[in-house]
This record gives sequence, C-alpha cells and structure tokens, in this order.
Amino acid sequence: MSCTEVNPGASVESVLVTTDSCENFEQMSSSLEEIKNYVGKSPEVSDSSTSVDNLEESNSLNAVGSDDDYIRSKDWLEKKKHIFVLSSAGKPIYSRYGIEDKLVTMFGVMQALVSFVQDQNDTINCIHAGSTKYVFLNKNHLILVAISKTEESVPQLVSQLNYVFNQIASILTLTRLNKIYEQRRNYDLRRLLSGVERIIDHLLNFYEIEPALTLGAVQCLSLPPSIRDTISSAITQACSKIKNLVFAILLANNKLITLVRMKKYAIHPADLHLIFNLVQASESFKTVESWTPLCLPRFDASGFLYGHVSYLAEDCQACLLLLTVERDVFFTLSEAKHKIVEKMRRANCLEAINESLNSTDGTCLNAGFPELRHYIYKSKSTAQFHQPEISAPYINNTERLLMLYKRAHRRLHSVGRPLKLLFERSPQEAVLAWDTRGFELYVILEPLIETSAAIASVGKLLNWIKKREDKLFHLNAPTF
Amino acid sequence: MANGIMKTIVGKLVILGDGGVGKTSLITRYTQKAFNLNISSTIGASFFTCKTNIDNAIVRLQIWDTAGQERFKAMTPMFYRNANAALLVFDITCLDSFGNMQTWAQQLKGNVVEPMVLCVIGNKIDLSENRVVSREEALQYANSIGAQYFECSAKEDQGIGQVFETISRDLIRLSSDSSVKSLKVYEGDVESALMARSTDLEATDVGRIEEPGISIDSIAHAKTVPSKCCY
Repeated sequence: MSCTEVNPGASVESVLVTTDSCENFEQMSSSLEEIKNYVGKSPEVSDSSTSVDNLEESNSLNAVGSDDDYIRSKDWLEKKKHIFVLSSAGKPIYSRYGIEDKLVTMFGVMQALVSFVQDQNDTINCIHAGSTKYVFLNKNHLILVAISKTEESVPQLVSQLNYVFNQIASILTLTRLNKIYEQRRNYDLRRLLSGVERIIDHLLNFYEIEPALTLGAVQCLSLPPSIRDTISSAITQACSKIKNLVFAILLANNKLITLVRMKKYAIHPADLHLIFNLVQASESFKTVESWTPLCLPRFDASGFLYGHVSYLAEDCQACLLLLTVERDVFFTLSEAKHKIVEKMRRANCLEAINESLNSTDGTCLNAGFPELRHYIYKSKSTAQFHQPEISAPYINNTERLLMLYKRAHRRLHSVGRPLKLLFERSPQEAVLAWDTRGFELYVILEPLIETSAAIASVGKLLNWIKKREDKLFHLNAPTF
Repeated sequence: MANGIMKTIVGKLVILGDGGVGKTSLITRYTQKAFNLNISSTIGASFFTCKTNIDNAIVRLQIWDTAGQERFKAMTPMFYRNANAALLVFDITCLDSFGNMQTWAQQLKGNVVEPMVLCVIGNKIDLSENRVVSREEALQYANSIGAQYFECSAKEDQGIGQVFETISRDLIRLSSDSSVKSLKVYEGDVESALMARSTDLEATDVGRIEEPGISIDSIAHAKTVPSKCCY
C-alpha cells in the first residue's frame, strides 16, 4: 500500500494525552499535586493471573439464591452484558440490570471466586464458559465483574470495567474511596453513590454506541479552522487573568469543539469521555449554571476539580465547562462565561456551531466515496478520530456497525498476534483495518468490492481527510 | 420615579434538603414554569436568579439550589454562608427527609450569624395519600426554629408562588433591620444589581482540603477540637 506518508490529522502538540487504543486505563496520575496539595495513594499491583478455561458450569450461578426473582427471570438472564460492582467484602454496589439487593447471593459467589483465587496468591481474570465470558477486575477495595455474551474481547471488557471504576472514582475521588474502606471494610457505598447509577448506566450504553471509548480517542465537531481559533481565543482572552483554571472544554453532541488548557497539562481521553458522559447523562445542566465537583482520575485521582458547567445559550446547545482547582470562584467563572458567549456571538461562532451540528451531508456518499459505507480514522498523535455520518444500511443498526469495528479493533490489537492490516469479506460487507505508526483506519466497504479497488479508495480517502484535516481535527493546542 | 419603584433588594437564598425531595423541581417550577418528572439529580449546586416585584420594591434573588446527596455535604457550607433566606425542603411521604432536614436546619443555625428568613417546605402534596409527616408535626417544628411552614407541590404547581412572595416580603422587612449587613439595598430599579460580584462567593474555610472526617457517614463535619479554656 502506498501513501503511508500521508498522515492526516497529525500534530506535534496535542490537547489530549495520546494513548494506545488498546490500553486499559489502569494507571491514574496525580497532576493536582503540582497545583495544590497532594494526598498520596498507593498504586495496586496485580502480577500473576489465572484464566480458567471452559468452566462449563454457567448454571452454577443459577443454583444459588433460588428464591430470587431475577435469577429465574428469562428476561434478566438473556441480557447480553451484565455489569456488577461489589466491595471486596462482597457488599453489592451496582448492577446494570435489576436491583442489587435481590442479587446478594450472587454477589457473594463473585466475591468467593475472587477471594478463593486470591488465597493462592493469584488473581482471577476471566472464566470462559461456552460463549459467555466472566471478566473480573479486582481493584483495591472494589471488585468489578462483567458477564458478557457479546463478541467483545477480554481486554475490551476490562476496559469497560475500568471506565466504571473511574466513574466511581470521579464521583468520590480515589483517595476518599480508599479511606472509606480502610476505616470500615463493610461500608455500604451506595449511600454515597445515590443518583450515580444513572450515570453508570449511561456510560455503559455510551460504550455500546460510541466508538470513542473503544478507540481511546475523541471526535471533534467539524468547523472551519478560523472559527475554531476564534472560539479558542475568546476563551483564552476571557480567562487569561483567572488563576488556577486548568481546562476549558467546549463540547456539543459528544464532539469536542475546543479545549484550552493550562500550560504543561493535557487531558486524557478517558477523562474527557467521563465528562462527555456526565454532560449527556445530566439533564439538570441544561437550563442553569452549575458548580460541580469533579475528579478526573487520569489527571489526578486524589482530589476534585470544580467545574462551572453551563450551556452557551438557548439557541446554541454547546456545553462549556471551566475546570479549576479553586472551590470558590463560581462568580469569576460565571462572568468569564458571559464574556466568552458575547465574543462568540459577535463573531458569529454560535451560528457556525449550529450549522455544523445540524448538517446532515457528511456521509461517505456525499463526500464522493460511493463504495465506502462508513469509516473511522484515528490520528494517533492527537488522540482524535473522525467518522462520517452513519448511512444505510447501518442507520438503524449502529450496534452492528460498532461490533464490526470492535471486532476489527480487537484483531489489530490482539495481545498474542497483533495485525497491521486486515481485510475481511463477508456476505454483508467487507472490512479493512489498517494500523500504522501515525494512524488507525477502519473502513467498511461494499461486499463485492475488488481488493485493488478497496486499496485505491483507501488511498483516496486518506488524501481527502488530509485536505480537510484542519477542519476535522483540533490541531493546535491552545493554552491560557 | 418611573412606575414608582423605590428600591431594589438583592438577597441570597439557599435551598437545602435531602436528595430527591424536589428542590430543583421547586425552583424550576417557579423560575421556568416547568416540571420534569424525570430530572436527573443535581451535581454540586446550581445557580439561579429571579426577580419579584412587591409593592414598591423589586426583590432580586440569587438562588443556590444545592445537591442533597450525602457526598456533597462538605460543599454545602459555602453556599449557605451569607445567605439571607433558606428553604428547608422535605418530602411529606418520606420520614427520613424530615429528620435530615432538621439536621440541615441545625447546621444552618450554627453557621449563619445574621438574622435570616427561614421557610420549611413540605413538598409533594400531590402524593398526600402516602403522607407520613403530618401538617401539625411539621408546623410545630417550623415554629420551634422560627420558620414559616408551607406545603406545596412542584408537580401540580401548588403553593410555590406564595413561598416566594412571603420570602420577598420578609426580605423587604429584613432590609430595614440595621443588623443585617449582607442584604444589599439599592435605590430605584437597578438592573446590574443582579450580577453577582466575583467576591460574593468565598469559602468559609479557605484552603480546607476535603477529606473524610472521623465519621464516615458525614464528611461535612470537620474534626472537633476540644476547647481548652474554662476547664
């Protein structure tokens, strides 16, 4: 394949921390210490691991707690993916479906499995029972379990569990979570998490419909570069005198518009995903100005940032977050927000945002690629990706499209045998996936396309993206 | 003066109460004339402003709608500091919320120095068939802390206008009290008075790091240091 030198969307500086898309978001960092005081945390190490294969005892879980409605309910059993969170003492914290209290006995079994393997100085990672995977993630004080009948690989499931864990840490901070359990091992964490179930539910659904989380990247709203620069400079100017403002993030419809940051600091895509999810899951942000404590676990798991959260205007549904380490500067940030909106309005930026949000002509067909059905292009150096509008035949079947991508992603990033290039043809479609040093590209094509034609259109596509890279990606990394 | 406006009063109102009792619903019903049964819980706190014309005065309220969940308790003091009025909200179908509201009231009384307008609100009277807190009990409690008692329903829009009218009248009355310094009074109709200044919100406890206190259940309380004098 030619044109490897074409590397659209690449940039020396990135607003986002760049990552490998297969990383599991295990480690968390602590950047607040440099801005503020630091409360230490102990990183956990899980060295060895066990993987029990073909444990064909999937009905053993059914045998326990015979008086529980759920475990007998066909509906509940047929769910494709269950997610559970429990404390290391076996107390229920979260269940994706059903009420945790009715599942107490099952939580007991999960805790027993984990501690049984732990007694042998080992860690349980997963159990394969036919096509069902039981994946365990053992954090210091919490156990997270996924029971999945989907095609997702174990690392992909672990990454979802890590997201759930990070979501909990984001609400409480990791320091507080650890302190609580150090003081009382038997604590019922649900008292502190009331209202959070909804955010976790949303996060898990988000993972199912958004490729961003699997890719470890963020999609930008496509905007003329001059508009994006004007918005960034409106933010920079309004906020330049405010000390300890760490990030200003403007987003709309799960897409990033701009991100202005404090020098030295960049935001991790996983943290940004939590923010996207929080904004989308919280209707209550819509009509008011909120002052919201928020811990970004990859940025600093030990403390809160405080966020001034508001939508730009009634006629522009973009959400602005101003994140600071100061807990008492709400009105300063509120003033700054008004200045930002004023400047943006004068420069017609609100219209430009609305126009981009409402445009529906971004399909492959409109771009002049009738042989392509859909694609995802991820630029590694900026941790950003671009995908066109979803078109037929996937409009009502996004989950299938995403499953194709997840499968291709899994094969490229397989631990045992990673691939550089994948071309797979089925009666429904052809899938091409390509992993280079600079980018990852996943393309879904018509099933009858010739291999040479597929390669030719991929080359054409890369050039097409390259030409529009300053519109599709956030290429400079503005600071306050 | 045009339309006879004599003065504008700018006061701060804080809404306290357990999670899920309907604090946000009350205020959105009042300020936006809307009700959403499916609203998500407030995270941290939300800020509203509203304006009421009473007699010859305009009362402009800066309203902090706080999150009721336990995990936000440590944050709440910075919202009720310097407040001129407080709504203490409970759900008439939930006994716990009535008990916890009394804890909020105590905390408020212990931390606010100037006289303030207090209202106890029993919300969700549309669900009166499930009522567990009687009107008499609530009224008695409200009297004991010097508060007025109202019952209302954000869903059916009952009694809410009355609450805010009473608060506004009481604030006008309070504004002539010389011991009240945090309530701002301006001559005429001052549009810009609504913009809060950036200095208005300062933490009572500057630089305190949020860590769980001795009790895990309530991180709101700092460590109690036994006082050494007088012993």
